[in-house]
Amino acid sequence: MTSGTEGDRPDNAKPEPQPRGARHNGNRPIDQAEAAERFLAAPRHQQQHDTRLWTLRQRRDDQMWAMPEWEEMRSLASAIKEHTLSHLDTYLEMFEANAKANGVVVHWAKDAAEHNAIVVDLLQRRGAKTLIKSKSMLTEECGLRADLAKAGVEVVETDLGERIQQLDDEDPSHVVVPAVHKLRTDVAMVFASTIGSDPNNDDPPYLAGAQRDATRPLILNAGAGMTGANFLVAETGAVVVCTNEGNADLCANIPRLHIVSVGIEKLIPRTEDLAIFVRMLSRSALGSPITQYTSHFRGPRKGGEMHVVLVDNGRSERLGMEEFWTSLKCIRCGACMNTCPVYRRSGGLSYGATYSGPIGLIIDPTFNARKYSNLPFASTLNGSCTNVCPVKINIHEQIYAWRKVLVRQHETPFVKRAAMKAAGALFARPAVYRTAVERTNDALASLSRFAIYNGLNAWGKNREMPHPPAETFHQWYFRNRGGRP
Amino acid sequence: MSSRDIILASIRANLPKLERSLPAVPKFEENAPADLVEAFGKTLTRMGGRLVTDPTDDLRVTVRGLLEDSRLVCSAAPEIEGELDVAAVADPRVLADVDHAVVRACCGVAETGSVLLTDVDLKVNALAYLAQHLIVLLDPADIVVNIHSAYARPEFRERRYAVFHSGPSATADIEGVLILGAQGVRSLSVLLVPRNPIGFDQAQGARPVQRLV
Repeated sequence: MTSGTEGDRPDNAKPEPQPRGARHNGNRPIDQAEAAERFLAAPRHQQQHDTRLWTLRQRRDDQMWAMPEWEEMRSLASAIKEHTLSHLDTYLEMFEANAKANGVVVHWAKDAAEHNAIVVDLLQRRGAKTLIKSKSMLTEECGLRADLAKAGVEVVETDLGERIQQLDDEDPSHVVVPAVHKLRTDVAMVFASTIGSDPNNDDPPYLAGAQRDATRPLILNAGAGMTGANFLVAETGAVVVCTNEGNADLCANIPRLHIVSVGIEKLIPRTEDLAIFVRMLSRSALGSPITQYTSHFRGPRKGGEMHVVLVDNGRSERLGMEEFWTSLKCIRCGACMNTCPVYRRSGGLSYGATYSGPIGLIIDPTFNARKYSNLPFASTLNGSCTNVCPVKINIHEQIYAWRKVLVRQHETPFVKRAAMKAAGALFARPAVYRTAVERTNDALASLSRFAIYNGLNAWGKNREMPHPPAETFHQWYFRNRGGRP
Repeated sequence: MSSRDIILASIRANLPKLERSLPAVPKFEENAPADLVEAFGKTLTRMGGRLVTDPTDDLRVTVRGLLEDSRLVCSAAPEIEGELDVAAVADPRVLADVDHAVVRACCGVAETGSVLLTDVDLKVNALAYLAQHLIVLLDPADIVVNIHSAYARPEFRERRYAVFHSGPSATADIEGVLILGAQGVRSLSVLLVPRNPIGFDQAQGARPVQRLV
């Protein structure tokens, strides 16, 4: 953890309003491109976001080069995950038996509704009115906060980024840095109207301090604490949580009740396997050798209670999807998001889903193939996500595979289908294709900017088209090698 | 059918059809640094922690030098007695006013600059998070090469709570600006002190305890 890029802005400039995320319209497909355009139209936000995430990517690279065993570790991580997932029933039962023997109560939840009901019941039976929480993508996926509000329980997120997002009534935009799309001016406005900080002071240390002071009494008076889990170790029954703020340890170690919400795919067999993942997680995520805190909870404190809720919510079904099951290897490091040119320039909220960026493109359609039918198209298929993935998920290939599935299921809009059909016809006839390429190059060279950069050409949006070559490869080959055109 | 049985049945029906054996995990100790203490200190500093390598002969003096204007010191380390007896604390909230906490680590990790603390060392787990500053006593002989070597230790099978601290509580959630003291301790100082300093046992009995104040 070292300091990152600071969003420079002239002192006298007015704050740029924060672009908001994708618009939701029931089950209608999310229009990621529309939300991305609004993000691109906010240059200070866009630049800070792009630079910050690219800095994380570069720091990750520094860590990788400093570790000669990096590629061997990736192969081991992938093999351990594939082994565990293909014996998941056995390892879940082993974890359950060991956790129980350690004094932990283990619950099983088929879906989000059952998970939330279990948590509500645990809290209500103990009269807990406030729940302090560390960051968990699973509880976002389950919509836990809304169900707890209905049950009269106040939730306090304790991760700074997650707390900013909660107070702004906005989803996290990134799995590791939830408020990375916000500028300090946005945070100052949110805190001024919620925790009463000075609206004219957007100094990050001041803002973080104000949040620390406002949250500390809530932590001390909470009725229960909740954490997620990065890993579950089957052979010891350990729940492993990685944070930089130490907030998971506050949530777990102060109230009497500690609830752990965790997806069933987080299992690994042995403590020695854990070493591989702990060494790679923060290096991949933030480019630091380890998170500030790596905590192993094996049982309740003296006089306390520890409950683990194992959540399926579609994961067991995903295990049976031949092309997509390896997405369950994901350890939520966010490296694929940091490297993705589309993500860096459009912001995580443009995806309108719990999981954004490349990993989101291949997970979200398993939750709702119609609503997230556009997402697998928000990619250039450059493969960088696959290259940085510490557990070797073939992300870009799965994105492409999802496109095929969604087109087959007619979950793509008419314009995209028509364009693809026309392209298909073109690529099927080589002579027609060559003529088309020659004409396009001529056209690109001679057309006015308006003719190229208009709303109908998606490739001309927010980027320059490549300079057309003087001649096509076929023309060059014919001229130089005398072949048949 | 219980949810447990439904989930396990669904997993069994969907298990990927492939045979992947569980690989052996090497220790990766071939490239170990020659000087573990130096490597540990370098990474700890990078993580925002502070290594105190030059303790005086008197542990009390060295620890006092780290306290600055501390109002309340609480120690869980056997060698040091603070103002608040942590072993007698039943409700962790009592520790909310502690300025400095002192604790002895099981081991250090050169690769990551981490110290390993457990429920047995802390007596009350929250001590390491509610205190404003944390001072950790570490025997240089307890520093291991990397995370692999650390996970071979028995604490991960025996203790209810075990945690690597690698620097103080930190966040970079606002525009990537690093801030120390996000929710937990504002500083972490690691003091290199052997477990049984020569002379202590003879002079003060089996468990040398030093009153700080």
